[in-house]
Amino acid sequence: MTGSPEVVVRGAGVAGLVTAVTLAERGAHVRVVEAGPQVGSGASWLAGGMLAPWCEGESAPPEVTRDSLASLDWWASHVPDVARAGTLVVAPPRDRAELTRFGRRTDHFVEVDATTIAELEPDLAGRFERGLFFDTEGHVDPRRALVALRDRLISLGGSISFNTPEDTGPRDWTIDARGLATRSEGLRGVRGEMLLLRCSDVTFHRPVRLLHPRMPVYVVPRADHIFMVGATMVESEDTRGMTLRAMSELTNAAYTLHPAFAEAEIVEMRANLRPSFPDNIPRVWQDGRCVHVNGMYRHGFLLSPQRAATAAAIVFGDAPA
Amino acid sequence: MQFYGETLSSRLMLGTAQYDSPAILADSVRAAAPGVVTVSLRRESANKLAGQAFWSLVSDMGVPVLPNTAGCHGVREAVTTAQMAREVFGTDWIKLEVIGEADTLQPDVFGLVEAARILTDDGFKVFPYCTEDLVAAERLLRAGCEVLMPWGAPIGSGKGLNNVFGLRALRAHFPDTPLVIDAGIGRPSHATMAFELGYDAVLINTAVAKSGDPVGMAHAFRLACEAGLLAHAADLMEERDMAVPSTPVLGRAVLA
Repeated sequence: MTGSPEVVVRGAGVAGLVTAVTLAERGAHVRVVEAGPQVGSGASWLAGGMLAPWCEGESAPPEVTRDSLASLDWWASHVPDVARAGTLVVAPPRDRAELTRFGRRTDHFVEVDATTIAELEPDLAGRFERGLFFDTEGHVDPRRALVALRDRLISLGGSISFNTPEDTGPRDWTIDARGLATRSEGLRGVRGEMLLLRCSDVTFHRPVRLLHPRMPVYVVPRADHIFMVGATMVESEDTRGMTLRAMSELTNAAYTLHPAFAEAEIVEMRANLRPSFPDNIPRVWQDGRCVHVNGMYRHGFLLSPQRAATAAAIVFGDAPA
Repeated sequence: MQFYGETLSSRLMLGTAQYDSPAILADSVRAAAPGVVTVSLRRESANKLAGQAFWSLVSDMGVPVLPNTAGCHGVREAVTTAQMAREVFGTDWIKLEVIGEADTLQPDVFGLVEAARILTDDGFKVFPYCTEDLVAAERLLRAGCEVLMPWGAPIGSGKGLNNVFGLRALRAHFPDTPLVIDAGIGRPSHATMAFELGYDAVLINTAVAKSGDPVGMAHAFRLACEAGLLAHAADLMEERDMAVPSTPVLGRAVLA
């Protein structure tokens, strides 16, 4: 199709908003409807916002890394404050084997010693002997990014309605990016729990991943001395708030990175479900005049730009690449 | 060898935790062709319906399920988890873990015996995760267990059979009890060795799930288990201190 298709996007999480903006930039008239009260009413609001295609390659299939290499540039050109400071991966001395394992499974990093770790993150001076530095990665504050996308959509002439599950108006295409609300075949929820800490005694310049055989944890710095600590991965669709077990695991990990976190204020602790397919790979597929973008798992911010481009190619009838 | 009257299609038991995705888990199960798969309920146990999506995936693999009480630190917690597992999976088999030490995940043998007794009285067929301790093993059998699952090394350590002497003693002491090496196996050669020692089965999880290619490693373990089982049945040769030529040595002086 050429011209300006009318498109209704259902869901204002990261998948829906990135797709909406991508479509609007190609000239579509986009109306976003969201059942919740704000952008990112689901899993996106709790995301880490790490744009780390190489680190994710440790547990994700090569497709995820391949499809997310352009992600950092996409975000940097669409939302403010995208950091390109890399990712630092460290492990306590007794878990060094985890570092070796992580390095064997990933690419595009340099091994760093205590001196380099101290140069990269002065607050970690003397705390870790060895680490891996992925210098081409970045991170974004997911909440600010979602709000910026909403504004971008509106500036492109699109609209967005909250507390609105469906739009009954005419349209050429529907994008269904509602995550678990769709109950698509094979889709399941994978529970994740996260903390926000405020700690003025610690400064990080980039996400720091702490490897541990049972519970790998990351700490992502945000503005105003806020740190996001995440995230558990539980094969459960339990939607209760955070459990004590998860909280102690996450807080212990933060404390292991830096003892000053013991005095941090716990600003927020939340749990939600990641929509996931059995292979944990985000999917785009067409069903009549509806294009589904779903199953973002833990790759919403990382993979939405590429998946949105795929959805837009269907809407605009691009020749298959 | 039967486990509570059942013959397993394979002596390899495969754990379902820590895979990068359920799809990789399913492919690994196909490659390993295990006799049972084990599933942990602990992390999901707060709400009976919460873990359903994952449990259905596991149940649909067509392999008998041995639920376990992984990560339970107390008798009551383990008993409650076992009861819930029976309901969820429709089986009275339970792999019983009562962890006594958070760092090594070493079993609490006292709690284990107590929980085993409660569960056996309740009709469960208990597979206790224990150490190679002979006295604890005896108590577990007295509590009604008909299978023992001693560790090779701490869970997830991949250190193999840490105390071969102790494991041999356990085998010799309980010649008719099915014995399964439950934890610590890191390599296919460790699994082969367990069968060579006369063990009846091995349970593997991390060694497959956290390898670079879980499906390839699952296949390797399947072959390793088969090799060990065949080797034990074929009666291994005895070791000797001196070389013994396998063909006659002609034309050489025979030294005294």
